[in-house]
Amino acid sequence: MDVNKNTYTFIFAIIMVVVVAAILSSTYIKLKPLQDKNIELEKQQNILSSIGVNILRDSANLIYPIYIKEELIINSTGEILDGSAFDVDLKKELKKDKDNQQLPLFISEVDQEKKYIIPLLGKGLWGPIWGFIALEEDFNTVYGAVFDHKAETPGLGAEINRSFFEDQFAGKSIFEADKLVSIIVVKGGADPADMHAVDGISGGTITSDGVTNMLAERLSLYSPYLQRMKLDNEVKSVMSEMDTVSSIVDSTINYE
Amino acid sequence: MSKESLFSKKNRKLLTDPLDDNNPITVQVLGICSALAITVQLEPAVVMALSVFFVLSVANVIVSLLRNLIPSRIRIIVQLVVIATLVILVDEVLKAFVYDVSKELSVFVGLIITNCIIMGRLEAFALGNTPGKAFLDGLGNAFGYGFILIVVAFFRELLGSGTLFGTQVIPLEWYIENGGFYANNGMMILPPMALITVGILIWIQRMKNRKLIESN
Repeated sequence: MDVNKNTYTFIFAIIMVVVVAAILSSTYIKLKPLQDKNIELEKQQNILSSIGVNILRDSANLIYPIYIKEELIINSTGEILDGSAFDVDLKKELKKDKDNQQLPLFISEVDQEKKYIIPLLGKGLWGPIWGFIALEEDFNTVYGAVFDHKAETPGLGAEINRSFFEDQFAGKSIFEADKLVSIIVVKGGADPADMHAVDGISGGTITSDGVTNMLAERLSLYSPYLQRMKLDNEVKSVMSEMDTVSSIVDSTINYE
Repeated sequence: MSKESLFSKKNRKLLTDPLDDNNPITVQVLGICSALAITVQLEPAVVMALSVFFVLSVANVIVSLLRNLIPSRIRIIVQLVVIATLVILVDEVLKAFVYDVSKELSVFVGLIITNCIIMGRLEAFALGNTPGKAFLDGLGNAFGYGFILIVVAFFRELLGSGTLFGTQVIPLEWYIENGGFYANNGMMILPPMALITVGILIWIQRMKNRKLIESN
Protein backbone atom coordinates (compact mmCIF):
# COMPACT_ATOMS: atom_id res chain seq x y z
CA MET A 1 0.00 0.00 0.00
CA ASP A 2 1.40 3.39 -0.97
CA VAL A 3 0.94 5.62 2.05
CA ASN A 4 1.91 8.73 0.11
CA LYS A 5 -0.91 8.73 -2.39
CA ASN A 6 -3.25 11.72 -2.20
CA THR A 7 -6.36 9.61 -1.72
CA TYR A 8 -4.73 7.64 1.10
CA THR A 9 -3.63 10.86 2.80
CA PHE A 10 -7.16 12.24 2.63
CA ILE A 11 -8.74 9.05 3.90
CA PHE A 12 -6.22 8.82 6.73
CA ALA A 13 -6.87 12.42 7.74
CA ILE A 14 -10.65 11.94 7.66
CA ILE A 15 -10.56 8.74 9.72
CA MET A 16 -8.17 10.33 12.22
CA VAL A 17 -10.36 13.39 12.69
CA VAL A 18 -13.52 11.32 13.12
CA VAL A 19 -11.90 8.95 15.62
CA VAL A 20 -10.37 11.77 17.65
CA ALA A 21 -13.62 13.76 17.62
CA ALA A 22 -15.56 10.71 18.80
CA ILE A 23 -13.11 10.01 21.63
CA LEU A 24 -12.99 13.62 22.82
CA SER A 25 -16.70 14.37 22.61
CA SER A 26 -17.73 11.16 24.36
CA THR A 27 -15.26 11.82 27.18
CA TYR A 28 -16.56 15.36 27.43
CA ILE A 29 -20.19 14.24 27.64
CA LYS A 30 -19.37 11.53 30.18
CA LEU A 31 -17.33 13.80 32.43
CA LYS A 32 -19.31 17.05 32.12
CA PRO A 33 -21.71 16.39 35.05
CA LEU A 34 -18.79 15.59 37.35
CA GLN A 35 -16.92 18.72 36.25
CA ASP A 36 -19.98 20.93 36.70
CA LYS A 37 -20.47 19.56 40.18
CA ASN A 38 -16.86 20.46 41.03
CA ILE A 39 -17.34 23.99 39.72
CA GLU A 40 -20.56 24.46 41.70
CA LEU A 41 -18.97 23.16 44.89
CA GLU A 42 -15.98 25.42 44.34
CA LYS A 43 -18.25 28.44 43.95
CA GLN A 44 -19.99 27.60 47.23
CA GLN A 45 -16.61 27.05 48.87
CA ASN A 46 -15.35 30.44 47.63
CA ILE A 47 -18.46 32.28 48.79
CA LEU A 48 -18.05 30.73 52.22
CA SER A 49 -14.34 31.51 52.45
CA SER A 50 -15.05 35.22 51.85
CA ILE A 51 -16.84 35.23 55.23
CA GLY A 52 -14.00 33.30 56.83
CA VAL A 53 -15.60 29.85 56.70
CA ASN A 54 -12.94 27.54 55.32
CA ILE A 55 -14.12 24.05 54.49
CA LEU A 56 -13.21 21.19 52.20
CA ARG A 57 -14.85 21.39 48.83
CA ASP A 58 -16.63 18.04 49.21
CA SER A 59 -18.70 19.28 52.13
CA ALA A 60 -19.52 22.68 50.58
CA ASN A 61 -23.07 21.77 49.53
CA LEU A 62 -23.93 20.70 53.10
CA ILE A 63 -22.48 23.72 54.89
CA TYR A 64 -23.45 26.36 52.34
CA PRO A 65 -27.17 26.55 53.35
CA ILE A 66 -26.21 26.91 57.02
CA TYR A 67 -24.47 30.22 56.41
CA ILE A 68 -26.03 31.67 53.28
CA LYS A 69 -29.54 32.82 54.08
CA GLU A 70 -30.56 34.87 51.04
CA GLU A 71 -29.53 34.95 47.41
CA LEU A 72 -30.74 38.22 45.88
CA ILE A 73 -30.53 39.73 42.44
CA ILE A 74 -30.50 43.52 42.29
CA ASN A 75 -30.15 45.99 39.43
CA SER A 76 -27.96 49.05 39.03
CA THR A 77 -30.58 51.35 40.56
CA GLY A 78 -30.66 49.20 43.67
CA GLU A 79 -34.01 47.48 43.19
CA ILE A 80 -34.43 43.82 44.04
CA LEU A 81 -35.34 41.55 41.11
CA ASP A 82 -36.78 38.03 41.00
CA GLY A 83 -34.48 35.02 40.85
CA SER A 84 -31.58 33.45 42.70
CA ALA A 85 -28.11 34.95 42.76
CA PHE A 86 -26.42 31.56 42.53
CA ASP A 87 -27.72 31.01 38.99
CA VAL A 88 -26.51 34.35 37.64
CA ASP A 89 -23.65 33.91 35.19
CA LEU A 90 -21.45 36.97 35.77
CA LYS A 91 -19.61 36.42 32.50
CA LYS A 92 -22.85 36.94 30.56
CA GLU A 93 -23.91 39.88 32.74
CA LEU A 94 -20.62 41.68 32.19
CA LYS A 95 -21.27 41.81 28.46
CA LYS A 96 -24.56 43.69 28.97
CA ASP A 97 -25.02 47.43 29.47
CA LYS A 98 -24.48 48.58 33.02
CA ASP A 99 -28.18 49.41 33.42
CA ASN A 100 -29.38 45.98 32.30
CA GLN A 101 -27.05 43.83 34.37
CA GLN A 102 -28.41 41.49 36.99
CA LEU A 103 -26.26 41.91 40.09
CA PRO A 104 -26.06 38.89 42.37
CA LEU A 105 -25.82 39.47 46.12
CA PHE A 106 -25.48 36.80 48.80
CA ILE A 107 -26.57 37.55 52.33
CA SER A 108 -25.07 35.37 55.01
CA GLU A 109 -25.31 35.22 58.75
CA VAL A 110 -22.24 34.79 60.92
CA ASP A 111 -22.67 35.10 64.68
CA GLN A 112 -26.12 36.64 64.23
CA GLU A 113 -24.64 39.40 62.08
CA LYS A 114 -25.44 39.78 58.44
CA LYS A 115 -22.63 39.89 55.89
CA TYR A 116 -23.25 41.00 52.34
CA ILE A 117 -21.23 39.10 49.74
CA ILE A 118 -20.62 40.61 46.31
CA PRO A 119 -19.20 38.41 43.54
CA LEU A 120 -16.45 39.97 41.41
CA LEU A 121 -15.19 39.26 37.90
CA GLY A 122 -12.55 41.14 35.93
CA LYS A 123 -9.47 40.88 33.77
CA GLY A 124 -5.98 39.92 34.88
CA LEU A 125 -2.89 39.71 32.71
CA TRP A 126 -3.51 36.41 30.93
CA GLY A 127 -7.16 35.73 31.57
CA PRO A 128 -10.11 36.35 33.86
CA ILE A 129 -9.75 36.95 37.59
CA TRP A 130 -12.65 36.72 40.00
CA GLY A 131 -13.47 36.75 43.67
CA PHE A 132 -15.96 37.57 46.40
CA ILE A 133 -15.90 40.50 48.79
CA ALA A 134 -17.96 40.41 51.98
CA LEU A 135 -19.18 43.63 53.61
CA GLU A 136 -20.23 44.17 57.21
CA GLU A 137 -23.70 45.31 58.21
CA ASP A 138 -22.61 48.94 57.83
CA PHE A 139 -22.23 48.34 54.04
CA ASN A 140 -18.83 49.99 54.20
CA THR A 141 -16.30 47.91 56.14
CA VAL A 142 -14.85 44.87 54.38
CA TYR A 143 -15.32 41.69 56.36
CA GLY A 144 -13.24 39.50 54.05
CA ALA A 145 -12.28 38.91 50.45
CA VAL A 146 -11.14 36.02 48.30
CA PHE A 147 -9.71 36.09 44.81
CA ASP A 148 -8.83 33.54 42.20
CA HIS A 149 -7.66 33.49 38.62
CA LYS A 150 -7.61 31.34 35.55
CA ALA A 151 -4.11 31.73 34.23
CA GLU A 152 -2.05 34.37 36.04
CA THR A 153 1.73 33.86 36.19
CA PRO A 154 2.62 31.34 38.94
CA GLY A 155 4.60 32.96 41.73
CA LEU A 156 3.65 36.46 40.54
CA GLY A 157 0.09 37.46 39.66
CA ALA A 158 -1.16 34.03 40.69
CA GLU A 159 -0.43 34.97 44.31
CA ILE A 160 -3.69 36.95 44.52
CA ASN A 161 -5.37 33.77 45.77
CA ARG A 162 -2.99 33.50 48.73
CA SER A 163 -4.08 34.52 52.20
CA PHE A 164 -1.28 37.09 52.67
CA PHE A 165 -2.88 39.12 49.88
CA GLU A 166 -6.54 38.44 50.67
CA ASP A 167 -6.24 39.05 54.41
CA GLN A 168 -5.18 42.66 53.84
CA PHE A 169 -8.70 43.55 52.71
CA ALA A 170 -10.45 42.80 56.00
CA GLY A 171 -11.19 46.00 57.93
CA LYS A 172 -10.69 48.34 54.95
CA SER A 173 -13.61 50.52 53.90
CA ILE A 174 -15.06 51.18 50.49
CA PHE A 175 -16.84 54.50 51.15
CA GLU A 176 -15.31 57.82 52.12
CA ALA A 177 -18.23 59.74 53.67
CA ASP A 178 -20.88 59.10 51.00
CA LYS A 179 -18.55 58.66 48.05
CA LEU A 180 -17.54 55.22 46.80
CA VAL A 181 -13.73 55.08 46.57
CA SER A 182 -13.33 51.29 46.50
CA ILE A 183 -10.00 49.73 47.48
CA ILE A 184 -6.83 50.23 45.49
CA VAL A 185 -4.02 47.70 45.18
CA VAL A 186 -0.86 49.80 45.38
CA LYS A 187 2.40 48.86 43.65
CA GLY A 188 5.37 49.06 45.98
CA GLY A 189 3.30 48.95 49.17
CA ALA A 190 0.41 50.91 50.62
CA ASP A 191 0.34 53.13 53.68
CA PRO A 192 -1.09 50.88 56.43
CA ALA A 193 -3.18 53.80 57.72
CA ASP A 194 -4.90 54.22 54.35
CA MET A 195 -8.36 52.70 54.67
CA HIS A 196 -8.73 52.33 50.92
CA ALA A 197 -5.44 50.72 49.85
CA VAL A 198 -3.62 47.40 50.17
CA ASP A 199 -0.14 46.22 49.12
CA GLY A 200 0.30 44.96 45.57
CA ILE A 201 2.35 41.95 44.52
CA SER A 202 5.89 42.58 43.24
CA GLY A 203 6.16 41.36 39.67
CA GLY A 204 2.38 41.05 39.43
CA THR A 205 1.53 44.67 38.72
CA ILE A 206 -0.91 44.06 35.88
CA THR A 207 -2.80 41.45 37.90
CA SER A 208 -2.81 43.82 40.90
CA ASP A 209 -4.21 46.61 38.71
CA GLY A 210 -6.78 44.10 37.45
CA VAL A 211 -7.95 43.57 41.03
CA THR A 212 -8.20 47.35 41.55
CA ASN A 213 -10.24 47.82 38.38
CA MET A 214 -12.46 44.84 39.09
CA LEU A 215 -13.31 46.13 42.58
CA ALA A 216 -13.96 49.67 41.36
CA GLU A 217 -16.15 48.55 38.48
CA ARG A 218 -18.23 45.97 40.30
CA LEU A 219 -18.69 48.00 43.49
CA SER A 220 -19.77 51.07 41.51
CA LEU A 221 -22.71 49.06 40.14
CA TYR A 222 -23.77 48.06 43.64
CA SER A 223 -23.25 51.58 44.92
CA PRO A 224 -26.90 52.75 44.67
CA TYR A 225 -28.06 49.69 46.62
CA LEU A 226 -25.32 50.04 49.21
CA GLN A 227 -25.98 53.80 49.60
CA ARG A 228 -29.66 53.19 50.14
CA MET A 229 -29.03 50.43 52.66
CA LYS A 230 -26.54 52.66 54.47
CA LEU A 231 -29.16 55.39 54.64
CA ASP A 232 -31.71 52.90 55.94
CA ASN A 233 -29.20 51.88 58.59
CA GLU A 234 -28.66 55.48 59.66
CA VAL A 235 -32.40 56.13 59.81
CA LYS A 236 -32.83 52.97 61.88
CA SER A 237 -30.05 53.92 64.27
CA VAL A 238 -31.47 57.44 64.65
CA MET A 239 -34.89 55.88 65.29
CA SER A 240 -33.51 53.52 67.87
CA GLU A 241 -31.62 56.37 69.52
CA MET A 242 -34.85 58.30 69.64
CA ASP A 243 -36.47 55.24 71.16
CA THR A 244 -33.83 55.10 73.87
CA VAL A 245 -34.10 58.82 74.43
CA SER A 246 -37.85 58.59 74.81
CA SER A 247 -37.57 55.56 77.06
CA ILE A 248 -35.04 57.40 79.19
CA VAL A 249 -37.43 60.31 79.29
CA ASP A 250 -40.21 57.88 80.15
CA SER A 251 -38.23 56.29 82.91
CA THR A 252 -37.23 59.69 84.29
CA ILE A 253 -40.84 60.68 84.31
CA ASN A 254 -41.72 57.45 86.04
CA TYR A 255 -38.96 57.99 88.52
CA GLU A 256 -40.28 61.39 89.35
CA MET B 1 15.15 -11.32 13.44
CA SER B 2 16.39 -12.10 16.92
CA LYS B 3 14.32 -10.69 19.72
CA GLU B 4 16.08 -8.15 21.85
CA SER B 5 15.34 -8.12 25.57
CA LEU B 6 13.62 -4.99 26.83
CA PHE B 7 16.49 -4.16 29.13
CA SER B 8 19.40 -4.86 26.83
CA LYS B 9 22.34 -2.50 26.93
CA LYS B 10 21.07 -0.60 23.93
CA ASN B 11 17.64 -0.14 25.44
CA ARG B 12 19.05 0.95 28.78
CA LYS B 13 20.95 3.61 26.90
CA LEU B 14 17.64 4.93 25.54
CA LEU B 15 16.56 5.44 29.10
CA THR B 16 19.77 6.91 30.52
CA ASP B 17 21.09 8.98 27.63
CA PRO B 18 18.55 11.79 27.99
CA LEU B 19 19.50 12.16 31.66
CA ASP B 20 22.99 13.38 30.87
CA ASP B 21 24.70 13.03 27.46
CA ASN B 22 21.61 13.91 25.49
CA ASN B 23 19.51 15.87 27.95
CA PRO B 24 16.63 17.58 26.12
CA ILE B 25 17.06 20.85 28.01
CA THR B 26 20.75 21.25 28.75
CA VAL B 27 22.15 19.57 25.63
CA GLN B 28 19.48 19.83 22.95
CA VAL B 29 18.18 23.11 24.43
CA LEU B 30 14.55 22.18 23.72
CA GLY B 31 11.49 22.91 25.83
CA ILE B 32 13.09 26.08 27.19
CA CYS B 33 9.85 28.05 27.03
CA SER B 34 8.07 25.81 29.52
CA ALA B 35 11.18 25.51 31.68
CA LEU B 36 11.10 29.28 31.93
CA ALA B 37 7.40 29.72 32.55
CA ILE B 38 6.69 27.25 35.31
CA THR B 39 9.82 26.96 37.43
CA VAL B 40 9.03 29.81 39.80
CA GLN B 41 7.69 27.25 42.27
CA LEU B 42 8.32 23.55 42.77
CA GLU B 43 4.73 22.34 42.80
CA PRO B 44 3.74 23.36 39.25
CA ALA B 45 7.12 22.13 38.03
CA VAL B 46 6.43 18.68 39.47
CA VAL B 47 2.90 18.61 38.02
CA MET B 48 4.29 19.67 34.65
CA ALA B 49 7.00 17.00 34.78
CA LEU B 50 4.41 14.31 35.54
CA SER B 51 2.09 15.45 32.75
CA VAL B 52 4.90 15.52 30.21
CA PHE B 53 5.96 12.11 31.49
CA PHE B 54 2.52 10.68 30.67
CA VAL B 55 1.93 12.51 27.41
CA LEU B 56 5.39 11.88 26.00
CA SER B 57 5.53 8.15 26.73
CA VAL B 58 1.98 7.45 25.50
CA ALA B 59 2.32 9.67 22.40
CA ASN B 60 5.60 7.96 21.55
CA VAL B 61 3.93 4.54 21.71
CA ILE B 62 0.89 5.60 19.65
CA VAL B 63 2.94 7.24 16.91
CA SER B 64 5.30 4.28 16.86
CA LEU B 65 2.35 1.87 16.42
CA LEU B 66 1.04 3.98 13.54
CA ARG B 67 4.46 4.66 12.04
CA ASN B 68 3.91 2.56 8.90
CA LEU B 69 0.43 3.97 8.30
CA ILE B 70 1.07 7.70 8.68
CA PRO B 71 1.37 9.51 5.33
CA SER B 72 4.67 11.35 5.48
CA ARG B 73 3.27 14.59 4.07
CA ILE B 74 0.91 15.11 6.99
CA ARG B 75 2.97 13.41 9.69
CA ILE B 76 3.57 16.60 11.68
CA ILE B 77 -0.18 17.26 11.78
CA VAL B 78 -0.84 13.67 12.85
CA GLN B 79 1.71 13.99 15.65
CA LEU B 80 0.17 17.24 16.78
CA VAL B 81 -3.30 15.67 16.81
CA VAL B 82 -2.05 12.74 18.91
CA ILE B 83 -0.40 15.08 21.42
CA ALA B 84 -3.34 17.48 21.59
CA THR B 85 -5.84 14.64 22.03
CA LEU B 86 -3.85 13.16 24.89
CA VAL B 87 -3.44 16.50 26.60
CA ILE B 88 -7.16 17.29 26.34
CA LEU B 89 -8.05 13.83 27.64
CA VAL B 90 -5.74 14.27 30.60
CA ASP B 91 -7.18 17.71 31.29
CA GLU B 92 -10.80 16.49 31.16
CA VAL B 93 -10.10 13.55 33.47
CA LEU B 94 -8.25 15.77 35.94
CA LYS B 95 -11.07 18.32 35.93
CA ALA B 96 -13.58 15.62 36.80
CA PHE B 97 -11.65 13.63 39.39
CA VAL B 98 -8.78 15.72 40.80
CA TYR B 99 -10.05 19.24 40.37
CA ASP B 100 -7.28 20.88 42.39
CA VAL B 101 -4.52 19.40 40.29
CA SER B 102 -6.33 20.49 37.15
CA LYS B 103 -6.47 24.05 38.45
CA GLU B 104 -2.76 23.90 39.09
CA LEU B 105 -2.20 22.67 35.55
CA SER B 106 -4.53 25.10 33.77
CA VAL B 107 -1.97 27.26 31.97
CA PHE B 108 0.44 24.47 31.32
CA VAL B 109 -1.90 22.38 29.21
CA GLY B 110 -1.20 24.60 26.23
CA LEU B 111 2.47 24.51 27.03
CA ILE B 112 2.53 20.70 26.90
CA ILE B 113 1.02 20.73 23.41
CA THR B 114 3.64 23.17 22.19
CA ASN B 115 6.51 21.53 24.06
CA CYS B 116 9.10 20.95 21.36
CA ILE B 117 10.60 17.99 23.24
CA ILE B 118 7.47 15.93 22.59
CA MET B 119 7.27 16.81 18.91
CA GLY B 120 11.01 16.32 18.64
CA ARG B 121 10.92 12.81 20.09
CA LEU B 122 7.93 11.78 17.98
CA GLU B 123 9.58 13.04 14.80
CA ALA B 124 13.11 11.88 15.55
CA PHE B 125 12.49 8.59 17.30
CA ALA B 126 8.96 7.19 17.43
CA LEU B 127 8.45 7.39 13.65
CA GLY B 128 11.39 5.04 13.07
CA ASN B 129 11.37 2.64 16.00
CA THR B 130 9.27 -0.12 17.56
CA PRO B 131 6.73 0.75 20.31
CA GLY B 132 8.82 -0.80 23.12
CA LYS B 133 11.87 1.29 22.29
CA ALA B 134 9.75 4.38 21.71
CA PHE B 135 8.22 3.93 25.16
CA LEU B 136 11.66 3.75 26.80
CA ASP B 137 12.81 6.77 24.82
CA GLY B 138 9.74 8.68 25.99
CA LEU B 139 10.35 7.74 29.61
CA GLY B 140 14.02 8.70 29.40
CA ASN B 141 13.39 12.07 27.83
CA ALA B 142 10.57 12.90 30.21
CA PHE B 143 12.89 12.06 33.12
CA GLY B 144 15.67 14.18 31.67
CA TYR B 145 13.27 17.09 31.18
CA GLY B 146 11.53 16.73 34.54
CA PHE B 147 14.81 16.44 36.41
CA ILE B 148 16.14 19.75 35.09
CA LEU B 149 12.75 21.39 35.62
CA ILE B 150 12.67 20.37 39.26
CA VAL B 151 16.29 21.40 39.92
CA VAL B 152 15.68 24.85 38.41
CA ALA B 153 12.40 25.26 40.31
CA PHE B 154 14.11 24.19 43.55
CA PHE B 155 16.66 27.00 43.33
CA ARG B 156 14.23 29.60 42.04
CA GLU B 157 11.68 28.98 44.77
CA LEU B 158 14.29 28.69 47.52
CA LEU B 159 16.23 31.84 46.60
CA GLY B 160 13.30 33.83 45.20
CA SER B 161 10.62 33.18 47.81
CA GLY B 162 12.47 31.42 50.64
CA THR B 163 10.01 28.53 50.41
CA LEU B 164 9.89 24.95 49.08
CA PHE B 165 6.53 23.54 47.97
CA GLY B 166 5.04 26.67 49.55
CA THR B 167 6.47 26.01 53.04
CA GLN B 168 8.85 28.55 54.53
CA VAL B 169 12.36 27.04 54.70
CA ILE B 170 14.56 30.08 55.34
CA PRO B 171 14.09 31.03 59.01
CA LEU B 172 11.84 34.10 59.30
CA GLU B 173 14.16 35.77 61.82
CA TRP B 174 16.90 35.94 59.16
CA TYR B 175 14.97 38.51 57.16
CA ILE B 176 15.94 42.17 57.28
CA GLU B 177 12.40 43.24 58.18
CA ASN B 178 12.64 40.99 61.25
CA GLY B 179 16.05 42.37 62.20
CA GLY B 180 18.16 39.82 60.33
CA PHE B 181 20.51 40.04 57.36
CA TYR B 182 18.67 38.21 54.59
CA ALA B 183 16.37 39.24 51.76
CA ASN B 184 14.74 37.16 49.06
CA ASN B 185 16.22 37.71 45.63
CA GLY B 186 13.35 39.18 43.63
CA MET B 187 15.25 38.53 40.39
CA MET B 188 14.84 34.79 40.87
CA ILE B 189 11.08 34.91 40.32
CA LEU B 190 11.43 36.83 37.06
CA PRO B 191 11.83 34.92 33.78
CA PRO B 192 15.46 35.88 32.95
CA MET B 193 16.76 34.03 36.00
CA ALA B 194 15.29 30.79 34.67
CA LEU B 195 17.54 31.06 31.64
CA ILE B 196 20.54 32.03 33.75
CA THR B 197 19.91 29.09 36.07
CA VAL B 198 19.66 26.72 33.09
CA GLY B 199 22.86 28.31 31.76
CA ILE B 200 24.67 27.61 35.03
CA LEU B 201 23.41 24.00 34.96
CA ILE B 202 24.74 23.61 31.41
CA TRP B 203 28.08 25.02 32.58
CA ILE B 204 28.31 22.61 35.50
CA GLN B 205 27.29 19.67 33.30
CA ARG B 206 29.99 20.45 30.74
CA MET B 207 32.62 20.80 33.43
CA LYS B 208 31.85 17.23 34.52
CA ASN B 209 31.16 15.77 31.08
CA ARG B 210 33.90 17.09 28.80
CA LYS B 211 32.79 15.25 25.67
CA LEU B 212 29.83 17.65 25.41
CA ILE B 213 32.15 20.58 24.71
CA GLU B 214 32.14 21.53 21.02
CA SER B 215 35.57 21.39 19.41
CA ASN B 216 35.48 24.56 17.28
